[in-house]
Amino acid sequence: MANILSSGKIGKKHLSERGLVNLFIWPTLILLILVNIFPLFYSIFLSFNNYSVIGNKLPIWVGFQNFKDLLTNEQVWNYFAITGRYALLSVVLQTVLGFGLAMLIREKFKGSGIITTLILIPMMLSPVVVGLFWKLMFNPGYGIFNYLISWLGIPLTTDWLAKGDLALWAIVLVDVWMWTPFVMLLVLSGLSAIPEYLYEAAAIDRASSWFQFWHITLPQVAPLVLIAVLFRSIEAFKSFDLAMGLTGGGPGAATRLISIDIYTRAFLGQFKTGQASALAVIVLVVIIAISNLYITALNKAKES
Amino acid sequence: MSELTLQNITKKFGAITALDDVSFTVKDNEFFVLLGPTGAGKSTTLRVVCGLEKPDSGHVLLDGVICDDSTPADRDVAIVFQQYSLYPTMTVYDNMAFPLRAPGRRLPEAEIRQKIEAAAEKLRITHLLKRKTVQLSGGEMQRVSIGRAIVRRPRVFLMDEPLSNLDAKLREALRAELKHLQKVEGVTTLFVTHDQIEALTMADRIGVLNRGRLIQVGTPEDIYDRPANMYVAKLVGSPRINLVSAERVDGVFRLTEMGIELPLEDSDHLPDHFTLGIRPEDVHLNPEGKFSGEIGITEPLGVETVVHIHSQEGEIVSLASGLIQLNFGEPVRFDINRDHLHFFNSQGDRI
Repeated sequence: MANILSSGKIGKKHLSERGLVNLFIWPTLILLILVNIFPLFYSIFLSFNNYSVIGNKLPIWVGFQNFKDLLTNEQVWNYFAITGRYALLSVVLQTVLGFGLAMLIREKFKGSGIITTLILIPMMLSPVVVGLFWKLMFNPGYGIFNYLISWLGIPLTTDWLAKGDLALWAIVLVDVWMWTPFVMLLVLSGLSAIPEYLYEAAAIDRASSWFQFWHITLPQVAPLVLIAVLFRSIEAFKSFDLAMGLTGGGPGAATRLISIDIYTRAFLGQFKTGQASALAVIVLVVIIAISNLYITALNKAKES
Repeated sequence: MSELTLQNITKKFGAITALDDVSFTVKDNEFFVLLGPTGAGKSTTLRVVCGLEKPDSGHVLLDGVICDDSTPADRDVAIVFQQYSLYPTMTVYDNMAFPLRAPGRRLPEAEIRQKIEAAAEKLRITHLLKRKTVQLSGGEMQRVSIGRAIVRRPRVFLMDEPLSNLDAKLREALRAELKHLQKVEGVTTLFVTHDQIEALTMADRIGVLNRGRLIQVGTPEDIYDRPANMYVAKLVGSPRINLVSAERVDGVFRLTEMGIELPLEDSDHLPDHFTLGIRPEDVHLNPEGKFSGEIGITEPLGVETVVHIHSQEGEIVSLASGLIQLNFGEPVRFDINRDHLHFFNSQGDRI
């Protein structure tokens, strides 16, 4: 007791424990409120208003008008469809390739450590930078990409980013290149946690390698694969910088992902801040819904 | 059903020799226990037998046929690991059915059901058959592992410390059940353990392994009453054997540290200096005993009491039956039964 009292006195001279706690928490909290929480609620507020940041006018309350306009706009639905196609393609490819790579890298061989590190590099780059240098590689005049595929014998040497169908595939390709390592890393950590004796028991029980994969490997890494898919889906759905760097939404509106559309509405042309906010809110709701589906699946996978 | 022979097996992992020229035979229907401390090479021996490891030299024979090149699946052996190696996504029933459904064996489902139900009955896991394996306790999981191994009646049954992850009560119960099962089913069994009580209670024969070398093979009586060297003597028996340095002087043994002298009979084969091994149960407390000492600590175990007796510089442990009340420092007299003395030379080998 005497000890506590005396330490309390010392605390007044320096910092009480409470004071220290506050010192750590408040700067973070203030920063979060300023850059995350306030903009979130402000944009929700703006989504119900007719407002433009350059309009020099106060927001005018319009209720659900912005949402009505957006959801009855066929173009917006089209952009959602593009985003969905993009997300589906890139997440499926990343998951399959990432899983495959993890299964390969799992076997320790000479130099496997350095190869793993090399494979992880794309993930660490900035998406805008990746977008810009792939744009150079895709360049039909001097880009290396066409040269490489013609060297491989694929007759697709064209301006990838200028063709409506191919441009989306080009973005998917770059996204897969960049984020497959992330899936691989997660799957790899799951694989390394599977005890060897399960495979040994299976070998003695005459299990085929297909069985071993289906009943031992897959169930054990399933939760981690789902986490990877969850992260990648959310990211793909709000993907902006990579596509912006590569195509800027073009040609035409062929690769206009929903986030590019939001950006266009908010900062290009008419600066329709209220409408852009409404669209952002819609995207948020969609992402929350998708995440919930995954999380339910994840909990199920963990239970079994 | 079958006989397992290991011929001059040597296995090295890099610079470490895990098994050094190990040879032994497990006879048909025999319960053979490999006993040794951690790192003695017991598990490696099992892994060599079932084909998960290839020996550097030597042969594994099943029924007299060399099977060095057979895969684990072809050897038709079953193994129970220390960790419960059950497939987590399957029910208990499917786990047990798995080896029977495997390609190359594939029995009709009705027969599988019959076999599993019979095995489940024996292991008392019938009520668990529909459950997923993740919902089981340790003891239940190990029963299921054993069940999975016995349903298909393998040529040889291998067990790698299957009881050591269980609590003491369960271990005791499962020990008796396993022994019973092995006798009823008549499966050739190679069982690995570091627990000398498991070895003594279950084995038909025991092989003692130390640092990759097989030191002694024999019945539990052989191992306990005629240990080949000091290492085996210390490994087997609880409380541990008393080992005291002794010398032969003028027709008596003198236990150097304890100041005790024992009369000598035809001891011409003994060297002048040697180590004497006395099992605690051969040291009797006796008010008219020849030797005297002081009571050290006592460890009451219920049916018996371990009494540490101090005598001059040395200490000797006695095992007295029943619970007896003795106070620390109390003077005590005792006798040593001279029929069961063990003599070891300076290399530690039995004389």
